[in-house]
Order: sequence, then structure tokens, then C-alpha cells
Amino acid sequence: MTNPTELKYASSHEWLAGDGKVGITHHAQDQLGDVVYVELPEVGREVTAGEAVAVVESVKTASDIYAPASGKIVAVNEDLEGSPEKVNESPFEGGWLFQIEVSEEGEGLMDAAAYEAENG
Amino acid sequence: MENDNLKRTPLHAAHLRAGARMVPFGGWDMPVQYAGLKAEHQAVRENVGMFDVSHMGQFRFRGPGALDFLQHVTPNDVSKLRPGRAHYNWLPSEEGGLVDDIYIYQAGEQDYLMVVNAGNIAKDWAHLQAQAGSYDMQMTDESDQWVLLAVQGPKAAATLNELTDADLIAAKRNSFFAGRLLDHDVFFARTGYTGEDGFEVFVRAEEGEALWDALLAGGITPAGLGARDTLRLEAGFPLYGHEFSEDIHPLSSTYAWVVKDKPYLGRTKMDEAPRQKLIGLKLDKIPVREGYPVMLNGENVGVVTSGSTSPTLGHPIAMALVDVAAADAEAFEVEVRGKRHPAGRTELPFYKAK
Repeated sequence: MTNPTELKYASSHEWLAGDGKVGITHHAQDQLGDVVYVELPEVGREVTAGEAVAVVESVKTASDIYAPASGKIVAVNEDLEGSPEKVNESPFEGGWLFQIEVSEEGEGLMDAAAYEAENG
Repeated sequence: MENDNLKRTPLHAAHLRAGARMVPFGGWDMPVQYAGLKAEHQAVRENVGMFDVSHMGQFRFRGPGALDFLQHVTPNDVSKLRPGRAHYNWLPSEEGGLVDDIYIYQAGEQDYLMVVNAGNIAKDWAHLQAQAGSYDMQMTDESDQWVLLAVQGPKAAATLNELTDADLIAAKRNSFFAGRLLDHDVFFARTGYTGEDGFEVFVRAEEGEALWDALLAGGITPAGLGARDTLRLEAGFPLYGHEFSEDIHPLSSTYAWVVKDKPYLGRTKMDEAPRQKLIGLKLDKIPVREGYPVMLNGENVGVVTSGSTSPTLGHPIAMALVDVAAADAEAFEVEVRGKRHPAGRTELPFYKAK
């Protein structure tokens, strides 16, 4: 699956959209395997770029998700409560995790080409 | 990622060809999954799957003193075995834990094969050599000589039976016998670690890859260590390094039947009552992992030893070691990232084959 060019990417495999939505990449969900649980941050929480703010659990393991930007959490994807497998099925769309009202993007975010170069 | 310092089984190239994702396990570069953990888990529960377990160690004991030696180092009664029979057993330490948990197969008169955990091969060998002293027997590390395939699932016997001259349908649980499988001389054992019927197949290392490829071509699903772990957890099987260790009293588990009334190394400590008990927990949604604290009425009474979301049951399950005084409670909590979540005690195993 190609990484959408309109998104920015963190080396820890999160993507950040122009509207502040955050998810994990196709590559990340593929590495994790079947997602069974997603722990999302509270709406209204102030987060700092690089801070662990969510957890995606697969059958095998629990993985921290880091905020790719600083700002306030304004929404979370409530569909994931009942359907965590959306992270596998649609990592760039229906499987988004949370939305940040971005005050400042994190350092070192990459475009799709640079992210792909880093992940072979 | 390159794993240059890790050992490889003779099937390493075959795993890569089959699309495996490789991970380090006990010093070995092993397949954690091929198509996907859930699909592999389900193949073993409903059909037939195959694991490469060649990373496990094989030690051979031959000679007039072999039985006495094995009786000395293990608590199960090896004298009850006969050629062609196998049993589960332990290597207790003198300090009260386990050096390893093992399987012993009697291959012939005065001829035994021991299968040990991959990560413990060097440690077990040193422990056994230190005890071997005056016993009139030869012990040989044959770990590099065997490829070991675990073919598991309700259709394992019927599937393999089409490919061999041996009568696998009639074979008893824990039997061990030679046969011809496709073009290969093998030993079959009706044993496994998945909670399903199945066979473990010993084949000479140099023939392993050809046999593996032929069995895959015959429609058996390759399954990785990820599915092996969820399968054994559902079946309530302890895993060394989690439910057993040098520091855990082995009688904390439900495996007291292993220990027979006879003299053996480590019996003094084994005879002491365990202070902890291994219990099963189930949760509603949130998966719990090894190391998470187990609470009862606000007190920390134990720790999760293995946990995952059960692919068969659809909810999280865990094994936990808790204080004996707390072990009969019904409602515990498990602390996950600082928050407590209800966890009900449930009987082990979580799953029993139909």
C-alpha cells in the first residue's frame, strides 16, 4: 500500500494529516499484526510532540503511539472501541486514532518519499 | 532487520520463502508469523498447522546407567516408560526452581531422548553433565542432528496418515515410533503444545527442508511462534521463562502430577509448600501482559506471567502467579499503565479441544 503524499510521517510510524488527525501507517499495522485493542487519550488533554499518548495492542504486543505534534486532543476515533481491526483494514482512513488541534508540529516529520526510504 | 548473532534452524531459508516475519527467540531467528497470527491459530484449532520447533534441544542418553541417571535428575517416574512411550517431566534445581521443563522419549532399551527448551540448551547440558559423574551411560547433544516439526490440529492425524506407512490413527497419545513419511525416515510422537491432537515429527536435519516443503505443498498451513504462544496459553500450558523459572516453585502450577514419590535432585525444596499459585484470569477488553501487577482489595497479590487476547474466545486471557492466600478469590484487578481493570478468575485451561 502506498503512503498518501498529503500526510506527514514520524519515524515512529505515526502519520499526521493537515486537519490534525493522527494514525499509524500501513507498514506499522502490518508489523503489529491483528489489532485487538486501542487505548485513546482523553479529549481536551494537552499533549506534547513525542509524548506517548495512545496504545495500540495486537495479539502479540502493546505499542505506544507518540503524538507527532503538540496541541490539544479535540477528538478520538470512537469506532475503534468496537472495531479495533479498522487500524489494520484502513490505517490511513477509518483506522485513524485521534485528532490534535496542532499548536506546533514535532521535529523531523517526513514526507511520504522520505518515510518510504527509511522503511525500505 | 538483520539478526546476525542469532542461530538458524535448517528451515530458515524455507521460512523466508514462505513469507515469514522473523524475530529473535531464545537466541534463535524464528518465524513469528507467516500469513497472520489469527489465521494460523485458527488453522490449528480447526484444521492442521505446522511449526518448526527445531530450535528445541535433543539430548540422547544411552547405556545401563541411563535410567538411573534420569531418575536422579527428574521427579517423574522414568521407570514407568517403555520403548515407544514418552512423558512430560522436569529438571528441578537444588534451589527450588526449575532448570527446565522437558519431554523424555524412550527410544529403546537403555536409550532415551530428552527434548529441552531452545533457550536452555547450554544451561541444561551443563546441569546434566555436572550430575552425570558415576552413571554408566553416554550422553550426547544431538540438537544439531534433528529437525523437529510439530504438526497440530484436529486434522493432523488424518492428513499425515495419507503420507506414511505408519498407523497414525491408532497411535496412542505420548507414543513414539519410527515410520516413513513421504520419502523420509522419521520418528513420530503423538505429542504437542497446542491443546489439539497432533504429532511431533523428528527427521534428520539434512532432510528437514525437503520434508517441510513437501508437507506445505500438501496443504498444511505454516504457523509461527505467535500462534504457538496463543495456542499454548489458551490450553493453559506453562512456558519456561514465564510460568516456570529458576525462581518459581514449580508446584505453583497445576502440574503436581509430574512429581512422584521417589528420590531425586531438588526434592527437599520441592517438598516445601509453594507460596504462590498459578491462576487463570479473563478480562472484558483490555489485554494484559507479562509483568502487570495483580491486585485484590487494593493489595498487590501477584503478577501476570502470560497474557494475550484469546483468538478462540475473543477476549483477553492471562495466567498469573498470586499469593496462595488470595488464590481462591473470584474477582481481581490487573493494573494496566497505572489503571486497574476487573479480571475474573477462571479455571485453567481456558480452552479444551472438542
